[in-house]
Amino acid sequence: MSTTSLLELKDVHKSFGPKQVLKGVNIDVSPGKSLVVLGGSGSGKSVMLKNALGLMTPDQGQILFDGEDVTHDQGKTREAMRARIGMLFQSAALFDSLTVWENIAFRLLNADGLNRKDAKDRAIETLKQVRLGSDVADLRPAEISGGMQKRVGLARAIVSKPELIFFDEPTTGLDPITADAINDLIVEQTKALGAAAISITHDMASARKIADEIAMLFEGKIIWRGPASMIDESGNDHVDQFVHGRADGPIQPAL
Amino acid sequence: MSNASTKPKSSFPNPLQWLGGATLGMLAEIGRLSIFTGKTVGASFSPRWYPAQIFRQMIAIGFYSLPVVGLSAVFIGAALALNIYSGGSRFGAEQFVPNIVVLGITRELGVTITGLMLAGRVSAGIAAEIGAMRVTEQIDALKTLSANPFRYLYAPRLLAGLMTLPMLVLVADIIGVMGGWAVSTLGLGFDSTTYLRNTLDFLTWQDVTVGLIKAVVFGGVIAILGCYHGDKSSAGATGVGRATTFAMVGAAVLILAFNYLISTLLVNFGS
Repeated sequence: MSTTSLLELKDVHKSFGPKQVLKGVNIDVSPGKSLVVLGGSGSGKSVMLKNALGLMTPDQGQILFDGEDVTHDQGKTREAMRARIGMLFQSAALFDSLTVWENIAFRLLNADGLNRKDAKDRAIETLKQVRLGSDVADLRPAEISGGMQKRVGLARAIVSKPELIFFDEPTTGLDPITADAINDLIVEQTKALGAAAISITHDMASARKIADEIAMLFEGKIIWRGPASMIDESGNDHVDQFVHGRADGPIQPAL
Repeated sequence: MSNASTKPKSSFPNPLQWLGGATLGMLAEIGRLSIFTGKTVGASFSPRWYPAQIFRQMIAIGFYSLPVVGLSAVFIGAALALNIYSGGSRFGAEQFVPNIVVLGITRELGVTITGLMLAGRVSAGIAAEIGAMRVTEQIDALKTLSANPFRYLYAPRLLAGLMTLPMLVLVADIIGVMGGWAVSTLGLGFDSTTYLRNTLDFLTWQDVTVGLIKAVVFGGVIAILGCYHGDKSSAGATGVGRATTFAMVGAAVLILAFNYLISTLLVNFGS
C-alpha cells in the first residue's frame, strides 16, 4: 500500500443478487498520476468506478480518499469529497434542460455559490481550454455533436480544478481522430491541473496515450498492474489477449 | 407403477405461492414508495431550495396544463348540466340544474377530472424526463457535482404540484360551471341571470374548500408518483416506457382512492 495514495480501494466486493461483480479489488492512485483500468465488457469496470465515487456502496472493503475512510460517508462529508473530484461520463451525461455554459458551471452556480456572470466567464474560459469557442456556450447539449459533448463534459469535469478526475470510457462512440483529440485534451488538462486520473476503457490506443500506469480488471479482480510502457511485455496471458484483441485465449468473448 | 416423485411439474404456479409473492412484492413496493416520499417531503420543507427550478416546474405543471384542464372542465360541466336536466325532468326537478352542477363540479368533478388529466400529462411526463435522466447517467452526474437529486429534481416538482393543483382546480371549477351555464342558457331555456344567481346563492365556501383540499393531495400524488417511477426506471426505452405507464396508472388509481378517502373524512367532519 502506498502512503501517498490520493484514492485507494481495499478489498472491495460488490454483488447484485447472486452475481458477484467485484471480488476483492485492490487499487490506488497517487497525486498527479494517471491510472488506466482495462477490462472487457461486463468485467466490473463501471461498478468499480461507481463504488470509488460513492454512487454505490461496497458490500465489503474500504474506499480511502486522501487517507480518510469515505466508504460509508453521506451528506456534507461526501459532498466535500466530491468537490475535489471531477468526472467525465461515458455519454457525457450533460443536462438536457441547461445550456452548455450552465452545464459547465453547474457546480460553481449550485455548490460554490458563484454569481451567474462570473460563472459564465469561468465556463467560457474553460470551454477555450477544451478547444471550443464561446459561440457554443448558449447552445443546448442536443444542438452539438458527440465529440463536442465529450469536450463539454471534460470542461465540466475540470472547471472546479479537481485533484482527481475519473474518465469513464472517454473515447467510446467517437471516430479515431476525435478520440485522439479527446485523449490529447485529457493528458493536457490533467497535467495542467496536476490532478490524478483514473480512466476505465477498453480502447488500447486511448490507454497507451493517457496512462502512466495500466491495470487489468478480470472477473472482479485486478490481475495485473504495471507501467504503461510495459503493457506489451506484461507476461500475463489475459493482458496479452486483451492488448492484441484476440478472440482466442483465457478471456471468453462476451457474446 | 406410478411414483409421486416422477410426476411432471405443473407449468402453472401454486396459487398460494403466487398470492404470497404478489403480496410481498406489493408490500415491498409500498415500503420503497414511502421511503422515497419521506425523503422528498423532507427535502421539500428544509433548505436548501432551488427557486428557479420550482418556478420552472410551476410553469410546466400549472401553466401548460391550463388548456387541457379548461377543455376537460367545460365539457364535463356541459355534459353534467344536460344529464341533470334530463334525469331531473323525470320528477320535475329541472330547476335544480344550477345547484347540482356547481355542487358536482366544485366538490367532485372539477378536482377529480383535473387530477386525472394531470396524472396523464404531468405524472407521465415527469417519469419520462427523470427516467431518461436516470438511464443517461444525468442523475449520477448531479451527485458527482454535489447536488442532491431529492433537492434539485424531486422537491421542486413536489412543491410545484402542491401549489399549482389548487389553482388549476379553481380554474376548472369556474370553467366547468360556465360550461353548465352555457348549455343551460343556450340549449335548455334557462335564464342567464337566474342561473348564475342560483349558482352563487347555493355555493358555500365549504364546497370550494373540499375541492382545494383534495387538489393539494392530488398535486402531491402526481408529483411523487412521477418522480418515484422515473427514479427507479431501468435502462433503455422499454424501462422508461414502463416507468411512464406505472406513474400514470399509479397516480390515477391513487387519486381516485384518495378522493374517496378525503370525501369520507370531510363528510364525517360535516363539510
